[in-house]
Amino acid sequence: MSLDFKPDFGAGFRDETFRDDFTYRNSPDGIHRFPFPFDRDDYTYSVNMEPHVPGRTGSVFEHAFDVDEHYVAEMLDRAKVLAEDPLRCQSLPHMELAGWDLLELIMVAKARDYPQWFSLTRDGNRWHWINRPLGIDQRFTFLDASTLPYGPFEYITRQTQGDFSLQDERDNDLWMDAGMITSQADWSLDFDIGMSFMEWHAPVPLAHEKGIFDRALKFLLKLQQGAPVRRFNWTMTVNPLLDTAPETYPVWGPTRTSLTHDNMGDKMHLRVELQALFRLPRSNAIAFSIRCYLGRFDELVSVPKWARRLHRVVRDIHPDVAAYKGFLRNRDAMALWLAQYDDGAPTSPGWWPQD
Amino acid sequence: MSGGAKLAVRVAEVVQVNALIRRFRFVARDGAALPAFSGGAHTVVEMDDHGTRRLNPYSLMSDPEDTSGYEISVRRDDQGRGGSLFLHRHVTPGIEMVISNPINLFPLDVRAKKTLMIAGGIGITPFLAQIAQLSRHGGRFELHYAARSQALGAYMDRLTAAHPGRVHCYFDEEGQQIDLGRLLSMQPIGTHLYVCGPKGMINWVLGTAEKMGWPKGALHHEEFLAPGTGLPFAVQLATSGKTITVGPAQSLLEAMEAAGVDAPYLCRGGACGQCETNVLVCDGKILHRDHWLTPEDSASGHKIMPCVSRFEGKTLVIDR
Repeated sequence: MSLDFKPDFGAGFRDETFRDDFTYRNSPDGIHRFPFPFDRDDYTYSVNMEPHVPGRTGSVFEHAFDVDEHYVAEMLDRAKVLAEDPLRCQSLPHMELAGWDLLELIMVAKARDYPQWFSLTRDGNRWHWINRPLGIDQRFTFLDASTLPYGPFEYITRQTQGDFSLQDERDNDLWMDAGMITSQADWSLDFDIGMSFMEWHAPVPLAHEKGIFDRALKFLLKLQQGAPVRRFNWTMTVNPLLDTAPETYPVWGPTRTSLTHDNMGDKMHLRVELQALFRLPRSNAIAFSIRCYLGRFDELVSVPKWARRLHRVVRDIHPDVAAYKGFLRNRDAMALWLAQYDDGAPTSPGWWPQD
Repeated sequence: MSGGAKLAVRVAEVVQVNALIRRFRFVARDGAALPAFSGGAHTVVEMDDHGTRRLNPYSLMSDPEDTSGYEISVRRDDQGRGGSLFLHRHVTPGIEMVISNPINLFPLDVRAKKTLMIAGGIGITPFLAQIAQLSRHGGRFELHYAARSQALGAYMDRLTAAHPGRVHCYFDEEGQQIDLGRLLSMQPIGTHLYVCGPKGMINWVLGTAEKMGWPKGALHHEEFLAPGTGLPFAVQLATSGKTITVGPAQSLLEAMEAAGVDAPYLCRGGACGQCETNVLVCDGKILHRDHWLTPEDSASGHKIMPCVSRFEGKTLVIDR
């Protein structure tokens, strides 16, 4: 068996690419619902967790797993990445039950929140899953991996936007023992798999000194079933490239030297990660979803509040943070370009475009 | 809100298991499925005992895949503060209650080559759910279960019938005792040891295993402490600007809640660490009863676990 997509680009899903000719764009509606991550005019690290509860209608917070206009194209891009490098998806043998937990969580949520696209029918452990945008119609036995073309974790994450990792909880620590990582901000699952929470966060600057990871781990070990949480992270990416992996750095790294004042608005993208954490029921593991949204500078400055604020954040950011996020060499040029759209007017608190 | 996500349930069934133990089955009030859970998880049951709010943790003993209902078994404690007596005397089928989502402080390490379980008395309950989970997924396990007498050995019949050769029973009244040294010396490498029962048994099992060189990461135990009773004491809450008195049969956490202070908690049994609170002034002696704080933290006098620990002395000011 294999998972053959019969993609349907109707129903508003964009036929676009995240590589080669980079035809990825946000529609006007897509720009308006972009999860702009800065709620004030400056940025410092914080744990910034909040309950992952349904938010405003139409926003990326409306549902537990946001399905947007890029869904079908993103899943095709993931399939290409996996075909070139199967190690982008790994699950240690003891994580299969956690994979079933995640499969159930996602299928139930998508069938409930997007009945026009997904359907799940359950008769005991005999399940029937339909994914219309990808042309999938699958009958299988829940908790029997031999009835799916992939393990449960890979099966469901090939059909879900965003990267996922599964953390096993042992010895008062979390261990990254499974992952589907194809739209990452320059980190490697193959390097991190099996690591503990402090080990995989070791490269982050400044935050360790502030005790942020001690508090975050303590918080996550108390994460409860039925009470997921979320936070934002962000960086900058040249071209709408989802797969900025260390493994392919020689391909995309040099594009950082290709920026000019004239192409800045077209090539530079604010890369926002909406990260959510779920305690899984059967395995007691924690699922971490890292959903990547790409916003072109040209698109973002069409919202006056965001234009002003993005300029101020980029201009004033700590150089260590800019270096870690990989845009220190371009920071001044970015700030100069963004300055054209900042008239110095005050901005309102919060991230919503119109508030 | 402290305590996390809650489940609105109805009592579907109450069964007298033996002279001391009653089993309660909860189903969702709206008829929907309850969440699946992992073996070893507990739920915190909220009780309104004639005006006194009680929240007690009980291990979930039913099959974790059975989402039609949850079951707990409660041993009547005539000397306790009243939670088990309330459940035994006043909770009958049809009553609506609120329980927490499952929380697991005693999870299986599913990498284990073998799971060795040692239960004493009512400590059998988390193992019932763990055995159901391991049986479903083909995990290798062995249970050694000690009870006071045959009559008080709850669920022994069911266990020995379902898992012949894997379940071994011992009765104190018949002078039987687990041959622990021999048992621990026979286990294959990669075995994880789980113990749940009275404090003396837990200390005996863990102490013996440690002496025999078992790795710390392979030893697991769970013991919920009742908050216990004691002399009343006064506490100043620095953040809330209140001074409260903790009654003799009340915990510090319960006294804060009664005063309208929303303090964090999860297990309410001294195990999870969620209610850990900084002590600002301590002129007297904190009676630490948790097993969360390190010995250094306990000795420092700078931390207290309000769910179970008490105070004797002149002044206690905490950061809450």
